[in-house]
Amino acid sequence: MNADLVIILTAILVSTASALVGTFLVLRRMALLSDAISHAVLPGIVLAYWLSSGGRATPTALLGAAAAGLVTVTLVEWLSRSGKVKNDAAIGVVFPALFSLGVLLVSLYFRQVHLDLDAVLYGEIAYAPFNTLTLWGQEIPESWLMMGSLTLLNLLFVLLFYKELKLSTFDPGLAAALGFAPGALHYGLMTLVSLTSVGAFQSVGAILIVAFLIIPPATAYLLTQRLPVMIALAVGVGVVSSLVGYALAIWLDASIAGMMATVAGACFALTFLFSPLEGLLTTQLRRRSERLEVAARLLVAHLAHHDRAVSEEEVLQEFGWSPRLLKQAKEKAQQAGWLEVFQQNLRPSPAGLAMVAGRTTQQG
Amino acid sequence: MSEVLSIFTDYTLRNVALGSAILGVVGGVLGTFAVLRRQSLMGDVLAHAALPGICLAFILTGSKTPLILLLGGGLAGWLAAWLLLVVLRHSRLPEDSALGVMLSSFFGFGVALLTFIQHGNNANQAGLDRFIFGQAAIIVASDVLNFVVLGGIALLCVGLFYKEFKLLSFDPAYAHSLGLPVQGLSTLLTSLTVLAVMVGLQTVGVVLMAAMLIAPAAAARQWTDRLSSMIGLSALFGALAGVSGALISASRENLPTGPLVVLTMSAILLFSLLLAPQRGLVWDWVRTRQNRRRVRLERLLLEAQMLHQHQPLTPQALALHRHESQAAAQQHLEELRSRGWLEPGQQGFRLTPAGQQKVQELEQTMRASSKSAEDR
Repeated sequence: MNADLVIILTAILVSTASALVGTFLVLRRMALLSDAISHAVLPGIVLAYWLSSGGRATPTALLGAAAAGLVTVTLVEWLSRSGKVKNDAAIGVVFPALFSLGVLLVSLYFRQVHLDLDAVLYGEIAYAPFNTLTLWGQEIPESWLMMGSLTLLNLLFVLLFYKELKLSTFDPGLAAALGFAPGALHYGLMTLVSLTSVGAFQSVGAILIVAFLIIPPATAYLLTQRLPVMIALAVGVGVVSSLVGYALAIWLDASIAGMMATVAGACFALTFLFSPLEGLLTTQLRRRSERLEVAARLLVAHLAHHDRAVSEEEVLQEFGWSPRLLKQAKEKAQQAGWLEVFQQNLRPSPAGLAMVAGRTTQQG
Repeated sequence: MSEVLSIFTDYTLRNVALGSAILGVVGGVLGTFAVLRRQSLMGDVLAHAALPGICLAFILTGSKTPLILLLGGGLAGWLAAWLLLVVLRHSRLPEDSALGVMLSSFFGFGVALLTFIQHGNNANQAGLDRFIFGQAAIIVASDVLNFVVLGGIALLCVGLFYKEFKLLSFDPAYAHSLGLPVQGLSTLLTSLTVLAVMVGLQTVGVVLMAAMLIAPAAAARQWTDRLSSMIGLSALFGALAGVSGALISASRENLPTGPLVVLTMSAILLFSLLLAPQRGLVWDWVRTRQNRRRVRLERLLLEAQMLHQHQPLTPQALALHRHESQAAAQQHLEELRSRGWLEPGQQGFRLTPAGQQKVQELEQTMRASSKSAEDR
């Protein structure tokens, strides 16, 4: 089977599965809990490899590894509820401890093909084509099966509990009052995040999975205010970053997962600058054009109260404007057809007079 | 014992111990402010973001001089912190997501650069990946000097602006109303945290550096309510964990330092969380249990006294009154007797003078509390 195809489809499945649950993590302000989970499943994964003594971890053992993620969530919640440690500090002390345990175990006992520190960091998506298994007479890559079923599971969860997720995300109080069991839903979501982290571990490593869980939904968050659109956009951004990242990684001979995370980060940066909704540059451009529009209307309204044409110097003195602002306002007004210019004198056009009159009658 | 003494004689071990001790102190001091200001995870972002800086510094200069790499890492961390502020100010993205985005995109870029360097034909590149999990065993005297300078600047600034940082941590609104440059001070504190991260890059590495900022401060918080002693304790814990972790790691091959330091620190934290006087969780549990037991016994005494007014206080009567088995009632009466509130009379039990007095006290308290509830 084509190696590129295997890797690309695996990456697409990883980013789709992650974006589906990641959207709710971003909306529920639990982005960093997912960071903690993805680090903390490492000791679980190491144990899974150890227990399934064949060099390869069995699916059952990996299922157990996901429990480590839930242990983290419970520990963090317990610590912050005890009131001794604030929530963010609780996250910051629990996951390094568990992750350290995992790294130590790896470097002490598992310096072998299927688990080493490089795999922990970058994943080994490049090896995905070599790990295949036979199913119904067809040879398919293991990663397709693993990530495919996770994507399906996450999709089913989101579709089946869409209403519940939506309500408990945006109005937890009402959800609880209506008896939607927010606790069960919360732990369900956390279970899926843990499973996705474990499943994606082989492909992208323990740390970079956060890039797939958080960056695409955060990018989508800046582009829309509707939940279904946000989910779709998050999946889209994830898939696009996977494809572009893969191409760049091949070209530069760099880590595939690392490059995908980089491209996702670049997508976020572009969105932050140019999002039509509230991008930094778009907002500034819009403000500028609105300011000019007000200036142009003000200028025409002022001219309309004079019987004769007014010179530019007079306007400058009257308004205290800079010559540059006057020039821009003049251009804007001429574009709108509100202004006529003779030599150095300004006069409102009939359309401009109508605009001013319309404004006045509207107000009156 | 001879191993402990070898810190003072063995050249390598002395450097390793000194380097990790400095890291522990600087991380502990700056972490205290980070934890108090609820910016614990900012340190995590700063540390992860250092990786692309280290790689870029290597690509641009081609040298592996530690100071250059550390400066590159520090600059990248600082850039990430600045970008984070820009994103938070100009978009409605929640803070935790913004932190997650910065952390993972910088770290992802770092990983890409690192593998790019490793796959290239540069014979000089080996060892850059030490910055990920730290390798204290290779710390030499010149590194220790770097740490002293970087850490010294950070500690000096904390000393100079101690009063301002204290106010900023506990009441930023008041600090603002006093005319302090809150924004500037906050930037300064973040920049000092970057210095602390730079000190830690070689020892614990980018991934686990956050723990050296957060855990010592969280542990110190358990032992004291005063900022000055919290800073001191935090520095002490950090140094203790740093030195012991680094020495264990240097004693054997293939033991990355970062995880060992962090695990030592986590053990100190766990001990502090459970057993610190006053705030220890174990004492909380003990207190809760004692209170529960006391309240249960007092209620039992009141019931016994009420029952005693109408009929002889026998196990049968109490069992009937409380809907419980006779054996349980017998045991309850024995419990009250062992407190000295009951004594055996002609028919069943009767209240001792001490028991009578306790009942009166309890009734008074109940009246007082119900009265104050009405007043409210």
